[in-house]
Amino acid sequence: MDKKDNIKSKFELALSIFTVFFKIGAFTWGGGYAMLPLIKNEVVEKRKWLTSEDFIDGIAVSQSLPGPIAVNTATYVGYKLCGTFGSLMALAGAILPSFVSILIIAMFFLRFRNLKVVQDFFKGANPAIIALIVSAVIDIGKSALKRYREFVITLILLFLLIYLRVHPILAIVISAILGIIFGEKR
Amino acid sequence: MILLRLFLAFAQIGLFAFGGGYAILPLIEKEIVNNLHWLTHKEFLEVVTISQLTPGPIAINAATFVGYKVGGVIGSFIATVSVCLPPVILVLIVVRFLKRFETNIWVNNVLKGLRPAVVALIASAAYSLVRGGGITEIKGLIIGIASFIILRTRKLDPILVLIIAGIVGILIYL
Repeated sequence: MDKKDNIKSKFELALSIFTVFFKIGAFTWGGGYAMLPLIKNEVVEKRKWLTSEDFIDGIAVSQSLPGPIAVNTATYVGYKLCGTFGSLMALAGAILPSFVSILIIAMFFLRFRNLKVVQDFFKGANPAIIALIVSAVIDIGKSALKRYREFVITLILLFLLIYLRVHPILAIVISAILGIIFGEKR
Repeated sequence: MILLRLFLAFAQIGLFAFGGGYAILPLIEKEIVNNLHWLTHKEFLEVVTISQLTPGPIAINAATFVGYKVGGVIGSFIATVSVCLPPVILVLIVVRFLKRFETNIWVNNVLKGLRPAVVALIASAAYSLVRGGGITEIKGLIIGIASFIILRTRKLDPILVLIIAGIVGILIYL
């Protein structure tokens, strides 16, 4: 294959990466973790772009680093397939649907938010979103807090955040340092 | 100048967005609501609800919304790009050193250490959404408790629960 063909096939690959992630981005509600099975289905099972091991490595990296898991996973898969260009195409595909839908909603919402029917909808939906978050605290707490010590640290951090109004970044830094102090030594 | 401020605010949020989803709400609230006053508490709550009802990660949705409110379409583009920028750069760096990164004892200890912070951040998000006007009277409290019971006992899609609660709101506040 000469160089021209190579560039052409690279571009085609990048384009199909974009399409796959656009599709996943457009049809996944409820954030990152809901996307993972869909990404795995497309990337590992259907298209065989990555092996299952590579994909699992990618999820591990995505979860370890800051940032939305959908953004990180898209970046990882795109890079593995097609370098930095591929990662940008995957990312663009993954976030374009939410970008466009929020943009449209923002344009209308900022104009109509004071309508009574809109406000009443939120009066009903707001307590439900709080219930959703409390429910997430229980689920994530159950799986993340395995030891008594972790539970106590959580309560202390919660106190710092709510009553002393400590910056969330400080809470993150404190718990990272505690992780190093209490963690396994090599 | 406001676009630069927008860029810095969301780049900072992206850089510290550990734990995904709800765990980043306190970061957004601190910067965007308390420090920069770009959203009121009430608007923040509405953005969280809208994020849940539309596709995509909350961080992206909030960035796009706040960016549009502050600086129009250009603002929404800058905010969305800047919230992604730190994670993308970090992923691209780490992929090159993958094996060493995964088995690094420091990385593992820090990640384990972050677990309590993620739980505390999400819990504090729930607390401040209640304080910020999410539940102000008895009808709201009843909707909240009913939603919670439904979420914990039935396998109902959270989005469906939100929409039903919204419709109930329209009907009972008529």
